[in-house]
Amino acid sequence: MIFGTGIIKGMLVTLKAFLASYFKGPHEGGIFTVEYPEKRLAEKERFRNFPFLLYDQTPENLRCVACDICAKECPPKCIYIVRDFDKEGRPLKRPAIFDIDFTVCMNCGICEEACPFDAIFMDHEFEIAGPDRQNKMLYHRDDLLKSNEYFNKIRPTDAGAIDARRREAEEKKKAAAAQAVKAKTTQPQPEPPKT
Amino acid sequence: MMEKMFEVQDPVNHDTQTLQVNIGPQHPSTHGVFRMNVVLDGETVVSLKPVMGYLHRNHEQIAENISYTASMPYTDRLDYFNSMSNNFAWALAVEKLANLDVPERAQYIRVIMAELTRLVNHVSVIGFLLNDLGAFFTPVLYAFREREKILDIFEEVSGARMMCNFLRFGGIKRDLPAGTLERIKEVIQNFPKFLDEFETLLTKNEILCMRCQNVGVLPAELAVNASITGPMLRASGVNYDVRKADKYSIYDRFDFKIPLGQTGDVYDRYYCRVLEMRESLKILQQALRDIPVTGEIISKKMAPFVKAPRNFKPPVGEAYGRVEAPKGELGFYVVSDGTPQPWRYHVRAPSLINLTILEDLCIGHKVADAIVILGSIDIVLGEVDH
Repeated sequence: MIFGTGIIKGMLVTLKAFLASYFKGPHEGGIFTVEYPEKRLAEKERFRNFPFLLYDQTPENLRCVACDICAKECPPKCIYIVRDFDKEGRPLKRPAIFDIDFTVCMNCGICEEACPFDAIFMDHEFEIAGPDRQNKMLYHRDDLLKSNEYFNKIRPTDAGAIDARRREAEEKKKAAAAQAVKAKTTQPQPEPPKT
Repeated sequence: MMEKMFEVQDPVNHDTQTLQVNIGPQHPSTHGVFRMNVVLDGETVVSLKPVMGYLHRNHEQIAENISYTASMPYTDRLDYFNSMSNNFAWALAVEKLANLDVPERAQYIRVIMAELTRLVNHVSVIGFLLNDLGAFFTPVLYAFREREKILDIFEEVSGARMMCNFLRFGGIKRDLPAGTLERIKEVIQNFPKFLDEFETLLTKNEILCMRCQNVGVLPAELAVNASITGPMLRASGVNYDVRKADKYSIYDRFDFKIPLGQTGDVYDRYYCRVLEMRESLKILQQALRDIPVTGEIISKKMAPFVKAPRNFKPPVGEAYGRVEAPKGELGFYVVSDGTPQPWRYHVRAPSLINLTILEDLCIGHKVADAIVILGSIDIVLGEVDH
């Protein structure tokens, strides 16, 4: 036998939610969705979308050395790298081609994890929709470049930690080099063999 | 003339024929691209053949060609509602294979994430079940409201709402950011209130009871023979939960119960999930109480391989790691030949195996009930067609 009490009680719940949506704040049971293009939610620092390449100071000074590790580790193999060569045909420590196909990339972040040179990171940029798949979604080296300041802006804790680590390593390197130079100069010259 | 029109015909012998109808693949009630080839007698289902494979994407073959860690983001895409559980199962399988330990704090974080995933899954599956019943969007949006809060936590922790890719072999990818545990606690504190409200809305609703009770009854024996797992099996009254049966990870430390159904109908499956969420909350509370404040998050043996996943070569052998995923027993069978890629990789997908019972449940019911039964099985096509 149906009395409908369950339905009426349920209706009261929906009525409560309906009223709450008008009169309550977002964390007290009201609406907490935002009207997207006008309003935006604060970005989470770890949010990851497509990767970008990092450079220090000037775009010529990019950290990537074209070691090809990220391309090998990439699960869907969306990275394509060709090493640059100088005029005499010697390999340079920078990529001539660095393409990422954003239609294939699945934003997993393994390139960032695997990169030994802190050169590739996951971006927060997500509004990249375009009308053309071939030309818009295949990102070349120059499209991917972003500055260290930008990285510091979007991911302050990560960037701070990485910068500190790099600075420390550089100082160590400098100190070691200075010591080596010092050792070289102070080392007693071996006496010339007597004849 | 009029008399002939209103002549009552013998329902058995009247001159009708069965009708073959395709429900899906582009139908909102099939939860993805899934087709049911239904033969109907009037409105009654005579036979039902599930047609799958529209979302097949060679998951196992892909995994056999890439490194072990690189499979991790692919497991997210199996059951995209529960990526953390999928990561968990794959990590357990490889940890068994390579004999790795997991640090204490990482274990707790894994369990917290897995149980949050269960809340996400159950709450949204109940919402969608109500959608299938015809209660359009009110329950599902209430459910999604709560899911949203948990997904925010996932985003904060791993960087992505659904494709988390958070676990690593021997630990987790990164430690929790500051303040996350407090936010998880807050979500858990508010969740029972929401569940009570949700139950007031649904559990004693007469229409829900009429539509769900004694519909799609799955007898315990048939469920066991068809190797059904998860809430569907427990709704039929079989006490089998991998968290209790296998005691993987640190589940032996928590005190929780396994809710069981009696009849195994759609209503029991719904109610089992509600009760399971309450048990999950208990586990979460205990885990949040006991979690070590600091500690390692990845085992020392695996730490070098985070930077170089392709150098990770587990010893020759085979292993099967399983977890109680929200949908059932999710297992990964992996055979290693000592190279960076697995030689064989197999997924025991709970959605796929639970779906095999669909015809037995639906025969004799009306078409509208077949939709509800499909909804109560709780499938995700990413996992069915892996």
